[in-house]
Amino acid sequence: MTTSARDEVLDRIRTALGRSGAAAPEPSPVPREYRTSLGRAPGDPVLLDLLVDRLVDYKAEVHRCPPGAVGATVAAALAAHGARRIAAPAGLPAAWLAGADVETVTDGAAPDGGEALSVATLDAVDGVLTGCAVAVAQTGTIVLDSSPVCGRRALTLVPDYHLIVVEAAQVVGSVPEALPRLDAVRPLTWVSGPSATSDIELDRVEGVHGPRTLVVVLVEG
Amino acid sequence: MTTFLGMPGLPVATERGTLRGADTFPVAARKALADTQLRKNLGHATSTIRAKRARVVGELDDWEELRAAGAAIKADVMARLPELLVQLEENVTARGGHVHWARDADEANRIVLDLVRAAGTPDDPVTSVVKVKSMATQEIGLNEALAEAGIAAVETDLAELIVQLSDDTPSHILVPAIHRNRAEIRQIFLDHMPDVDPGLTDEPRVLAMAARAYLRRTFLAARVAVSGANFAIAETGTLAVVESEGNGRMCLTLPQTLVTVMGIEKLLPTWRDLEVFLQLLPRSSTGERMNPYTSMWTGAPKTSGGTSGGTADGAPDGPQEFHLVLLDNGRTATLADEAGRQALHCIRCSACLNVCPVYERTGGHAYGSVYPGPIGAVLTPQLAGMHGHGADAPAGGDPVDTLPYASSLCGACFDACPVRIDIPSMLVHLRAKHVETAQAQRRVPGLPASAENAAMSAAAWVMRDAGRFSLAEKGLQLGRVLARDGRIRSLPPPLSAWTTSRDAPAPPPETFRQWWARTRGDRS
Amino acid sequence: MRIALFATCLADAMFPRAAQATVVLLERLGHEVVFPSGQTCCGQMHVNTGYQREALPVVEHHVDVFEAALRPRAEGGDGVEAVVAPSGSCVGSVRHQHALVARRMAEQGRADAGLADRAEAVAARTYELSELLVDVLGVTDVGARYPHRVTYHPTCHSLRMLRVDDKPLRLLRAVHGLDLVELPDAEQCCGFGGTFSVKNADTSTAMLADKIRAVQTTRSEVVTAGDSSCLMHIGGGLSRLRVGTKTVHLAEILAGEGWEAAL
Ligand code: SF4
Repeated sequence: MTTSARDEVLDRIRTALGRSGAAAPEPSPVPREYRTSLGRAPGDPVLLDLLVDRLVDYKAEVHRCPPGAVGATVAAALAAHGARRIAAPAGLPAAWLAGADVETVTDGAAPDGGEALSVATLDAVDGVLTGCAVAVAQTGTIVLDSSPVCGRRALTLVPDYHLIVVEAAQVVGSVPEALPRLDAVRPLTWVSGPSATSDIELDRVEGVHGPRTLVVVLVEG
Repeated sequence: MTTFLGMPGLPVATERGTLRGADTFPVAARKALADTQLRKNLGHATSTIRAKRARVVGELDDWEELRAAGAAIKADVMARLPELLVQLEENVTARGGHVHWARDADEANRIVLDLVRAAGTPDDPVTSVVKVKSMATQEIGLNEALAEAGIAAVETDLAELIVQLSDDTPSHILVPAIHRNRAEIRQIFLDHMPDVDPGLTDEPRVLAMAARAYLRRTFLAARVAVSGANFAIAETGTLAVVESEGNGRMCLTLPQTLVTVMGIEKLLPTWRDLEVFLQLLPRSSTGERMNPYTSMWTGAPKTSGGTSGGTADGAPDGPQEFHLVLLDNGRTATLADEAGRQALHCIRCSACLNVCPVYERTGGHAYGSVYPGPIGAVLTPQLAGMHGHGADAPAGGDPVDTLPYASSLCGACFDACPVRIDIPSMLVHLRAKHVETAQAQRRVPGLPASAENAAMSAAAWVMRDAGRFSLAEKGLQLGRVLARDGRIRSLPPPLSAWTTSRDAPAPPPETFRQWWARTRGDRS
Repeated sequence: MRIALFATCLADAMFPRAAQATVVLLERLGHEVVFPSGQTCCGQMHVNTGYQREALPVVEHHVDVFEAALRPRAEGGDGVEAVVAPSGSCVGSVRHQHALVARRMAEQGRADAGLADRAEAVAARTYELSELLVDVLGVTDVGARYPHRVTYHPTCHSLRMLRVDDKPLRLLRAVHGLDLVELPDAEQCCGFGGTFSVKNADTSTAMLADKIRAVQTTRSEVVTAGDSSCLMHIGGGLSRLRVGTKTVHLAEILAGEGWEAAL
């Protein structure tokens, strides 16, 4: 049944295109005259400023700090939020949480072993802290790629507070610069600000089902 | 046997009432226009979104180049559709997903229903699924089909939820509750949302929070999710869903089983092509530089293994039962018309709706289709088929046949479309197709030529000869007797449709041609 | 320059002043205007209503007439260098629809295979008035005086089919004494749309109502545009509501106040 539907749909397409036989046409050339880069190296201070501007515009909370101060900055942000119990992926650098007065629950993952946190546990924590794979300055986007420092997708979805540490070298100019740095077969989540909706009178309101608070610690230099 | 206009042999969509409304466009529009609250809501919402879109599109100095690339990529997809679909299938399957093919709505619904049933056990059947907003599942009437089988489909997008709670139908492809204002939404929540706070205000933030609270438990307990897809990458097998609220992430991440229903046209050949579409879509649809969340997954997704990343598969991440249903339902019939197939390039951004002066005033319900607005006016007739004036046309005319005429051809949709779909030209083409088939049907004995047809033929006969034309002008000048103070307040049908709201000008005492002959007649 | 006037059927029969003013203006600028008397109509109404087969002979006729006008005099033509029409919509039809209709009809075996190319050749030398003045003749100050408060409605086909852009506005700004007031939501369609105004009269009227409200907020004496058809629509609404604002074709303003004396 399914097989015949497959053949029939493919057949219909060939008929519709007026194609006989199996020979596929060559891909037609695509004019790619748009900008494929903002012309600045990852981590360029101009890109960092742009990223911060765009993040703030979409209501993310942003803290900038030098490499040595990540732990202190994270600790201060978590304290300001009143967070006591924080979820973290297995590959989170220990230094990021070193200064924070919080209980950390780590999401285990094969093949390193360890229990994966249940949805109920994730729903009960005060927040989650992760890294990211790449950030896009022009659109204020941070991409999570399910690597050990980002964690699996549920981890950054269920908690209501998400703190992401972005390192300067991860910040690229535009979307075309981000894609080659990502592995397509990994689950990817592109995050641009906290969850939001424009469904009521097309007015944007932040905070629906995804984390209602997005905090970014940008590590410069 | 229903006779539809289209390529013989390529069937149109299943009739499920989602594409063909009850009333013709003029009749439905008249009702909508009488609703002043609706017009206010629409006017406010569309002007808000137009301004937002204009601002973020204006930020990119390469917007036209992006549009050109988007159009070219989509044209390439259509030309290589069979190969790209097979490639997609291979890649999805290789990563642990399953691919199903559906010739029409009924077949797609059956496939989904079987999958939902298979996700449960006899002791513990699945009785509800969570849904991410999807045009394809609306088109096939999936919620109704599941309901008939005793399975509740819970819409989780805020606007879809509003529509579902009030037992309404969507009126916009991006913001299905655009016809409702905040006060009406508050009332819908108060009337239909269990356990809602009676002190609910009409502040959008408060309303959004109410939806969050209402859906939270459902999300965390859901076993099966159904979604659509914005893009599918043939080269990698990757699916992408673009959203704002996080309800999409919930559905795509938490349940064990995910079923994605996708039109066969939604493909992109390569991973790189996303660099074009992830710029075009958010700016065109919600007027944002980027939408809050975009999820991408391939097959039954796995994290990357090892503590430092790398290419080896790690732990499962998200639904480990993934099914992709590829849907035809009239798409191949659309593809068969070279002058109409561009309608399949649509990425459902809704920019054309927001700039359309007709849509802005009538709203989406007047179109009688899940696809309203300019794109609906060209896509619906091709997916669902037009009747012409055939003997089996519904009494009072087929509503779908009136859609290509639901436009003043102002061209605003073409300018706004991120993939440069020439909607005005397609409307003109579909009008011709409609008239030509109707004319062929009229040749069947017993069907008289329409009055319009007779008038058009007569006018054409006059217009191709200057002698006849100037005689006709003289006849027109007789109309001066109808005029008072240089204007005519009432004309006989069908021109009475003009004079119900507009005066007609009185013909001049002397035509241009007469003046030219009198003053410069010796010069050619 | 020797220029052929395509008066358009609507201006010829109903709004001769638009065509007359075009003649007076071009002659005042020192050009020679000819009126190929065989001309009738561009066929747009037929095409836009779905009657392409009926439009075909009208299109063929238009191509025949203006091809002859453009042919050198030595070859029996009128030897004009350009064709002008006081209508963005009709020029849009000539430029964007004639070849399309010709090709579609050729596919159906109804039209001559060469018609599309001939139509394109005529279209390439056919201009809307503001295009002719600014792009071809290189003038923006046509030396007119028109001491009135005026607002300009950019008609959809001028704006989006021909992309005349701000050419009409540049011409208007150069008119002496003219007080140009910006029209709110100027780029919104007035709701005419040919047979749309009758087939979807309610929607068309709703669009017109908003256009008229916008015109009223400008408190202009005159609303102008480059198309008699849209002006007929807007004027029909203004007149029905007894709003005092008059509709005047762009050509009449550019011809300057009192141009009728030259008639
Ligand atoms: S036709 Fe173009 S503008 Fe309209 S929804 Fe589709 S992609 Fe967007």
